Amino acid sequence: MQPLIVVENLVKRYNGRGPVGRPGVVHALHRVTFSIAPGKTLALVGESGSGKTTTALCLACLERPTSGRILLEGRDIAALQEKELHAVRPQIQLVFQDPATSLNPRFTVLEILTEPLLFQRKARRSEAAELAYALMERVGLPAEIARRRSGELSGGQRQRLAIARALILSPKLLILDEALSALDCSVQAQIVNLLIDLQLSLGLTYLFITHDLAMAAHLGDEIAVLDRGRIVDRGAPEMVLRKPEKEATKLLVQSAPLSTGIQPLRRVS
Amino acid sequence: MTRFLLSRMTHAVLLLFGVSLLTFLFTALAPGDYFEEMRLDPRIGPETVSALRTRFGLDRPLAVRYASWLKSVVRGDLGYSFSYNSPAGPLLWARARSTLLLTFTATLLTWGLALPLGIWSAERLGKIPDTLISWAMAALLVIPDLVIALGLLLLAVRSGWFPTGGMASVNADALTAGQRIGDLGRHLILPVAVLVFVALPVVVRHVRAAMIGVLDAPFLRVARGHGIRRHRLLYRYALPAAANPLISLFGLSIGALISGSLIVEITMSWPGIGPFMVEAILARDIYVVLGGVLLSTCFLIAGNFCADLILYWADPRIRAGSEEK
Repeated sequence: MQPLIVVENLVKRYNGRGPVGRPGVVHALHRVTFSIAPGKTLALVGESGSGKTTTALCLACLERPTSGRILLEGRDIAALQEKELHAVRPQIQLVFQDPATSLNPRFTVLEILTEPLLFQRKARRSEAAELAYALMERVGLPAEIARRRSGELSGGQRQRLAIARALILSPKLLILDEALSALDCSVQAQIVNLLIDLQLSLGLTYLFITHDLAMAAHLGDEIAVLDRGRIVDRGAPEMVLRKPEKEATKLLVQSAPLSTGIQPLRRVS
Repeated sequence: MTRFLLSRMTHAVLLLFGVSLLTFLFTALAPGDYFEEMRLDPRIGPETVSALRTRFGLDRPLAVRYASWLKSVVRGDLGYSFSYNSPAGPLLWARARSTLLLTFTATLLTWGLALPLGIWSAERLGKIPDTLISWAMAALLVIPDLVIALGLLLLAVRSGWFPTGGMASVNADALTAGQRIGDLGRHLILPVAVLVFVALPVVVRHVRAAMIGVLDAPFLRVARGHGIRRHRLLYRYALPAAANPLISLFGLSIGALISGSLIVEITMSWPGIGPFMVEAILARDIYVVLGGVLLSTCFLIAGNFCADLILYWADPRIRAGSEEK
């Protein structure tokens, strides 16, 4: 099957200055290579600072890679000009860890969902509202909260809203950057179920970024381990996590709360 | 909303009463009064001075004088000017109008320039535009108001491009209405420029700092990911999120409309309330001083009130909180 997205030799360096003005270079990503088939999930795991979020931002065209290629359905989106990216960005959507800061506090739920559609001129106001209500129902948000603002929602509702907002432009790839980390266990399970249902019904492709190995094993069709900006291990979850060979993978497995064995989560109805 | 307005109005009235009482007490308890210097003049007898003090009510008890002054405030007279031998209110208001014309224009211009400059600087953080703006603002910040005013006066004198003082030309009476407005505009350029140069660095720095705090917010990244364009991201998403401290600062700008242009009015001979107040303080024309302080306090309260109203209108979280209460 032709992969939806292919990342080849992705390199990202940040040029920075220290407090006394000394220039320094941070190598965030070094020759990162992976691909994801349509309708599949790649779980990207790694400890904090390993480059997971930088990978997400490069894929979502929100950071320009220093070098390398990102092929979305065969088209190198890393080489596109800023003007061309406006049309590409909606195809790859991000869901962040903290829904409280990733939702515009000034907008109502309805505005959050309809704004991208209206701005992209994909629907008129009334059509956009209809689509928004339909999507709210799909992600399990009651229609009554449409006029509320994000500050008036619970953590679970906010993350459902963040997912709905990511889906409103019908993206091909959904990047979930620690999207479950800020939620409690019961809400996590509900959101995981929602993600699985959405993937099955809409054929979505996920890049699931996490440091939770159990969740990675549960959701991922494949796992890639990122360590200091390099992919050091990659394969089926049971292969990578049950018999870790690489040092970074071993450390991750050992530091997991249930290091005796990664058990897939049971689906919560 | 009604409760909010009522509470702010009550607060404002109490504050005005407190300020008026304290100012009245301090000026009344200070040694000497307007007629004190007359005693030194051998041509004026002590009986005449005493009669004048009686005529203007300065021999009455403090509480009676305060009550009488409060009555005149309610009438809009704000007491009586000894120097001008007329009610202080109309005298103050005529000068306050000139001051307001100057400071209102300068405040609008300052904010009109500071918002795009601050936003641009924050967006280009650490790059050449940001560095240039930061350096320029730092330079303006360290130069005293007086030096800026004198520098611009020197420029006006040498170049002859702008009038160097006053509010109208000598032959203004002979001009048509349109020409008078043009003449007033030309006289405004220099004092407004000084006020803008003085206020601009502070506002630009606040706008820049507030925007830097917001520009990295995840919701902006998400909006960029939706293909929302730069201009809309900056002005519809980032600016409203960064606006609350700026609205409070705008309230302070309104508060300073009456009292913030003293040096400019004196150096550029602008017939505003500043020089009039200095004259009144030196002459101990206490009711003019009291009226000026009261007017200044009114603007300070109005500024804060405006800021509260704008915050209430601009931030749905504040609206929701207020409605819940």
